Amino acid sequence: MTETIEFILDIFVIVFLITGTFFVLSASIGVIRFPDVYTRLHASTKAATLGIAGIMIGAFIFLYAEHGIVSGKLILGIIFVLLTAPVSAHMIGRAAHSSGVKPWSHDGKTRDAYADSLAEKKQQ
Amino acid sequence: MALQIILNLVIAIMWMFLAETYSVVSFLKGFIIGALLLFMLRRFIPDAFYLTRVWKMIKLVLLFIKELLISNIDIVKWVYKPHKDYKPGIFALPTELKSNWEITMLTSLISLTPGTLSVSVSNTNDTIYIHAMDIDTTEEAIEAIKTTFEDAIMEVTR
Repeated sequence: MTETIEFILDIFVIVFLITGTFFVLSASIGVIRFPDVYTRLHASTKAATLGIAGIMIGAFIFLYAEHGIVSGKLILGIIFVLLTAPVSAHMIGRAAHSSGVKPWSHDGKTRDAYADSLAEKKQQ
Repeated sequence: MALQIILNLVIAIMWMFLAETYSVVSFLKGFIIGALLLFMLRRFIPDAFYLTRVWKMIKLVLLFIKELLISNIDIVKWVYKPHKDYKPGIFALPTELKSNWEITMLTSLISLTPGTLSVSVSNTNDTIYIHAMDIDTTEEAIEAIKTTFEDAIMEVTR
C-alpha cells in the first residue's frame, strides 16, 4: 500500500519537474527568438513564473515523500515569484518605453497608444 | 473585520487552554469553533462575516492561477511557431478602479493573462497601457475579461 502511494508521488514529482523545466526552457528560447524588449518580456515573465512554480512544487512533494519534511520555504518562494514577476515586468517595460524603445511591428507601422497620448499631452 | 479576526484568534487560544493541549491541531480546532460561533452570531457583530471576504480572496487567487496556466500555453505556442505571424502593439484600456492597491492588482492580473503585458499607468490613474502580442484579437478579448477582473478585485477591496 505504501509502495503504491510512493509510486504515485514519484510520478507527481516527475510530472511537475518535467513541465517546470519545459516551461523554463521555452521561456529562454522565447527570449532568443522574439524580436523586441516587450515581446521578450512576455516570454520571460509568464513562462518563467510557471516553470519556477512547477519545479518548486516538484521539490516540495519530493521532500515530503522522501524525507517527511514540509518545506515552507519552497511555498514562500512560489508566492514571492508570483507576486514580483508581473511588477518587475511592468517596471522593465515602462523603463524601456521611457528610454525610447519602439515596439516591433510586422509591417513597420508601430501601433503605440501610449506614445500617442504622451505626444498629445506635449502639444497641449 | 479586524475585530472579528482578533475575536476568532482569542477563541482559538482559549480553546487551546481549555483543552490543555498546546498543539497546532487543537489551535485549528479552536479556530474552526470560533469561526462557527462568529457565523452564528453574525447579526450582533459589526461588519459582514469576515470569512466570506477571505473566500472571495481565495477565488481571486484561483482566477490568477487559471489565467497563468492559459497564458503559458499561449506563449509556448508562440515560441515554437516557425514564422513571426503575430502583430504586437500597445493599446489603452480605461479602468474604473481607483486606489493604488486595486490598480496594482489589476495590472498584475493583466500581465499574467494570455498575450498581454501592462506597460504603464497614466498619471490620472484611469488608463492602463497594455502591450499585446496580437493586438487585433486581444483588444476585444481583454475588454470582455476586464469586467470580471474588476468585479473580483472590487469584491475583495470594497
